[in-house]
Amino acid sequence: MNSKPTNVVIAGLGGQGVIKASDILADVAFSAGLDVKKSELHGMSQRGGSVSSDVRFGERVFSPMVPEGEADFLLVIAPDQIPVNAAALRLGGSLIDPSQIDESSLSNKKSINVALLGVLSRHLQFPVEAWTAALERNLPQKLHDANLQAFSIGRAAGQTLEQKIGQKR
Amino acid sequence: MQYSETKGVILDDLEQKQALALLSGDEAVAMAAFDSGVTLGTGYPGTPSTEILETFETLGGKAQWSPNEKVAMEVAIGVAFSGARALVTMKHVGLNVAADPLFTVAYIRLDGALIIVSADDPGMASSQNEQDNRRYALAAGVPMLEPSDSQEAYEFTLRAIEISERWQVPVLLRMTTRVCHSKTVVRRGTMAIPPPHSPHFEHDFPSRVMIPAYAKPAHRRLRKTLAEIAAWNDEAGPNELIKGSSSLGIITSGIAFQHVREAAPQASVLKLGMTYPLPLERMRAFAASVERCIVIEEGDPYLVEAARTAGIAVDAKPEMYRFGELNSTRVRRILNGDISSEAKPVPGKPPALCPGCPHRNVYTVLKDLGCIVAGDIGCYSLGVLPPFQAMDSLVCMGAAIGVGLGLRHSLPPAEARRVVSVLGDSTFVHSGITGLVEMVYNPPESGHVLVILDNGTTAMTGMQEHPGTGRTLNHAQTGKVIFEDLARSLGVRNVYVIDPAQDLGKFQDLIQSCLDKKELSVVIARRDCLLAARSIREYERCNEQQAD
Repeated sequence: MNSKPTNVVIAGLGGQGVIKASDILADVAFSAGLDVKKSELHGMSQRGGSVSSDVRFGERVFSPMVPEGEADFLLVIAPDQIPVNAAALRLGGSLIDPSQIDESSLSNKKSINVALLGVLSRHLQFPVEAWTAALERNLPQKLHDANLQAFSIGRAAGQTLEQKIGQKR
Repeated sequence: MQYSETKGVILDDLEQKQALALLSGDEAVAMAAFDSGVTLGTGYPGTPSTEILETFETLGGKAQWSPNEKVAMEVAIGVAFSGARALVTMKHVGLNVAADPLFTVAYIRLDGALIIVSADDPGMASSQNEQDNRRYALAAGVPMLEPSDSQEAYEFTLRAIEISERWQVPVLLRMTTRVCHSKTVVRRGTMAIPPPHSPHFEHDFPSRVMIPAYAKPAHRRLRKTLAEIAAWNDEAGPNELIKGSSSLGIITSGIAFQHVREAAPQASVLKLGMTYPLPLERMRAFAASVERCIVIEEGDPYLVEAARTAGIAVDAKPEMYRFGELNSTRVRRILNGDISSEAKPVPGKPPALCPGCPHRNVYTVLKDLGCIVAGDIGCYSLGVLPPFQAMDSLVCMGAAIGVGLGLRHSLPPAEARRVVSVLGDSTFVHSGITGLVEMVYNPPESGHVLVILDNGTTAMTGMQEHPGTGRTLNHAQTGKVIFEDLARSLGVRNVYVIDPAQDLGKFQDLIQSCLDKKELSVVIARRDCLLAARSIREYERCNEQQAD
């Protein structure tokens, strides 16, 4: 029996970079040699409505959709989309949302999707270089600096969170 | 990359290294089409099929948007008549438009390959119905393959070409939203097919001219060919047997296979890659080899009905699972015979017309004037939702005009006078032009008002070009259909072009005066889509520079 895949659901509103964030995450997992599946619905969702994208990776992945209540991580870019997607998260799974980031420190506020990936990166085994490379592959050159900065801020925030949780334990 | 007479596609070292990629099903089909030397890709944009031709073009293939799916199919048929390989892509409802050529090209002996992609949308993520186009394969007698992930989308496209050329028939590649748009790992160059024939023409009247005298034997020939393909499918078709428990056997196809593997890893599975004509003997043997055999399929009970007609005893999913997509949770419920009501998802934020979208002004005016609006398919369909609630019907591409005319013909005069037909630029070209001809030919007593929402792009599907933009799929300059000239040439006297975003009052006055006229009017509300305007300016600038 194969080990279970890691399940990540990324959610937000049309135009917030949900799909871009899931592309970057899927690329990181793919580059690590894992089986990866990523799924979302296009079309109507582009017009400012709710958007969510499922990313699954591991030794072997079958369905491209994260089963309800089995997401290990729920990354939500728009806070009002948390209740919409909460059912995706498994018991004990982690919610990653903008409250964990000091948004005013971002050089480009639109990079919040990448900042949240930075927080997520703390929970996953991939080396930071793999993330940097995937960011650069998936974003146009002129956005590299802002997004690398956002990723670092998120990653640092993720570490702080981890320490806090560690202290509580 | 190069072709070899014996080995087909050969990748050089660098390409071998790059051969592993994370691709959507659409991208994988495009890559296979490119690797197999498809001469021309045609289609009409439609979610979830649109990215196939766009990717094919990016890879270096020749791809073009047609005005609609019927024309795209006909162009592809011509390519296949020349001995070359043709790919035609559309969403499920597009195949309704292309059904006329589909049913007859099935009779015709092809010299090249004709691959028809139908991208179905179970669950209606972005469609007006969730029809199951596997029914078309059966109805038209067209062999069908159903990939379940991007690797299969790649390989089945190549197999479809092989089958098409071997039996000289068109092949339907039936995909669904989750196969088209999910990204999964693809290894390129996993199978080799012979290089394409060199295009040439030989007269062959009985094979290609479907007058009754030739169509009668052609139909018999088709049925004989399908019987041969069915026998081959039983023996050597792209079907997969996964041996598991003998107590539970599952027959499945397409994306449902992936959900099945997740939900019931212990079960024996017969996964069908070619679902028309079916490998009935394999299905029979499989069903006999397990204690309980159940068919898990998304959409209509297509496999179940075929199995049962052939006398194969199989369980079926409860009717409630005909609706919407399947997923591993629903598959578990089906296996447990669970028909209790399912948890309703928390409603998300619905899509809306963009702030500043020119369509907003049109709906504001139509609502203020109390119009009855026969609407159509595109971003502007969102005019039905709050705050506008100003669109009264949506049936199919182009229906706005016919439906509006029908309402005008039958409603009492006071209401008839308020009827307006509204459709977008790409939709007008797709199947509104014949509606406009009808309007001129059978004008209602109260006249009629047609508003073409011309935002200079096929916005809904992601900003594709169309004949009204005067640019090809890859944005190069080409012939341009000018709507106002077309309307005038058909004899419409009241033709107006106006920017609805510039002066709301002026736009309202114009619509009011058209409604008052009791004549035929065409109002072209022209302003570039906000999301596309910058790209459009860039394309125009490049094209002007090239013309200089």
